[in-house]
Amino acid sequence: MTELVLYPPVKASQLTRLPVFTCPVPAGFPSPADGQADEMLDLHQYLFKQPASTFMARVTGESMLGAGIHPDDFIVVNRAITPVDGHVVVAVVDGEHTVKRLRQEPGRTWLEAANDRYPPLELTEDSDLRIWGVVTHVIHPLFKKRPGAAWPGRHSRPSA
Amino acid sequence: MYALVDCNNFYVSCERVFQPALEGRPGVVLSNNDGCLISRSDEAKALGLKMGAPYHQVRPFLREHEVWVRSSNYALYGDMSRRVVEILGLFTPEVEVYSIDEAFLNLAGLRYTVPDLTAYATRIRSTVLQYVGIPTCVGVAPTKTLAKLANRLARRTRCGVLVLETPAQRQAALAATPIGDVWGIGRRYAPKLQECNVRTAADLAALPESWVRRRLGGVVGVRLWQELQGQPCLEFENPEWDEDGQLVSAAAARHTITHSRSFGQPQQEQAVLQQALAAFVARAAEKLRRQGGAAHLLTVLLGTRQPGETSTSRTHTAVLSLPEATEDTAELIRAALRGLQKLWQPGVAYYRAGVLLSGLEPADQPQLRLFGSTPEQLARCRQLMAALDALNQRFGRQTVRYAVAGQKTPSWSGRAAFKSAQYTTSWQQLWTVR
Repeated sequence: MTELVLYPPVKASQLTRLPVFTCPVPAGFPSPADGQADEMLDLHQYLFKQPASTFMARVTGESMLGAGIHPDDFIVVNRAITPVDGHVVVAVVDGEHTVKRLRQEPGRTWLEAANDRYPPLELTEDSDLRIWGVVTHVIHPLFKKRPGAAWPGRHSRPSA
Repeated sequence: MYALVDCNNFYVSCERVFQPALEGRPGVVLSNNDGCLISRSDEAKALGLKMGAPYHQVRPFLREHEVWVRSSNYALYGDMSRRVVEILGLFTPEVEVYSIDEAFLNLAGLRYTVPDLTAYATRIRSTVLQYVGIPTCVGVAPTKTLAKLANRLARRTRCGVLVLETPAQRQAALAATPIGDVWGIGRRYAPKLQECNVRTAADLAALPESWVRRRLGGVVGVRLWQELQGQPCLEFENPEWDEDGQLVSAAAARHTITHSRSFGQPQQEQAVLQQALAAFVARAAEKLRRQGGAAHLLTVLLGTRQPGETSTSRTHTAVLSLPEATEDTAELIRAALRGLQKLWQPGVAYYRAGVLLSGLEPADQPQLRLFGSTPEQLARCRQLMAALDALNQRFGRQTVRYAVAGQKTPSWSGRAAFKSAQYTTSWQQLWTVR
């Protein structure tokens, strides 16, 4: 038997769009005319300033924990930005992509992890380093829907 | 002036953007069904691997020379192509996408703002390389035919850019181009022209117009000849390409809709062919509704090509006229199955199948017939189709389908043993970074 999956009909109103108020919201009694929502919040616009050159990737390692990049987080990588000292970048090292912080001093370039367990990677003249793109954002979920996972905060509930 | 931007070894280059380990090593990408080579890296070309070579024939050679192999991944290539075109749009408002890896740019409007075309073309090239990671070649010339020719020659230069501005530059480029490599000459005309001692593009351009008109397909030939002389004759248009990466001309796309696939294994069973055709009709009907059309005619195509004999490719067709123009998937599937009934023969192995919708007209003005559907029936059918399309768009292709189309991953689907992930278009298969 083929498994049959039922889907609810699509309603236009179910699209996840949030209104944004472009007028300032005064305290007190707002004028009813000010309640006009005139734009929709679009997260894409915020994350993908240059969509043609922007790529998303999933992070697998722990070398950038100190920079707030965890395993399974999504990073947004823009190739149009010219990397400079201090940028978190995706680099190509030994035929593999890796996310690290780029450090540059006159005459020296190295890749720095944000985790003590990972040594910095000095780049000599003959090592083949290419910067693939500059990381602009991290998307990190604070709540994971795992079956059986405790609701955050439940353990610290004060006893009555 | 026109620029032709052509992505180098496009499919191979797309794979390398996300798999840097493939760089600097010979590699190839296979066609649908892992049939033959359709993209080769420069290193693979240097090994003598030929475009279109059957995979099963060259497999030992590939293994011996450690050539990497990938199945075609059109979700990835399509997305990368879209990105390239978007970036080209930064350089001129008029971009004509010619195929999945080629686009013409009309630079006419930039006559006064861009005095140095070579510098501009170099910037186009370096921007595409930086922003998307795809290497390109750029040819710039007064006509599209010459731009194409310049692009071909640019591939041999180190900078990947060639601009034909002066008559002397043009003459040198024409002389360096064998007649068979001229855009539009093709395999049919090249031997004929060579017999008449026309060996290069320059030879052709030097002939009188009357000769060209008489011997080279009349007006079409004259146009090509004028293009070589630097007089623009070809229109700027926007053709589309189908999911196999094959070019559909804009005119053809407006008048017909096709969907066809080759099978992973040759198929004999009528039931399997029914499933495949129903699935193809569903996709074609979806396209039809998206452009707001209804079809009068449906053609069923069955291919019985034997492997190895490419020249005797046999396609059997049945044309069915529908009682009234329709965009209803169910109605079209019924017609396709009738067509299959006519064509199918027991014991024959079918390698490819497809459907073609033609006789298109706008869906909102069908001619009502005496014994046709009532307006109420039409409205209900339209509602059903709108719901079907909305569901499939939201939950993924083929989520809701006609039972006759069978499983979501059908038994006839092609081989793709070495396919890379959909790095940019699927959450599940997203590109990963350590």
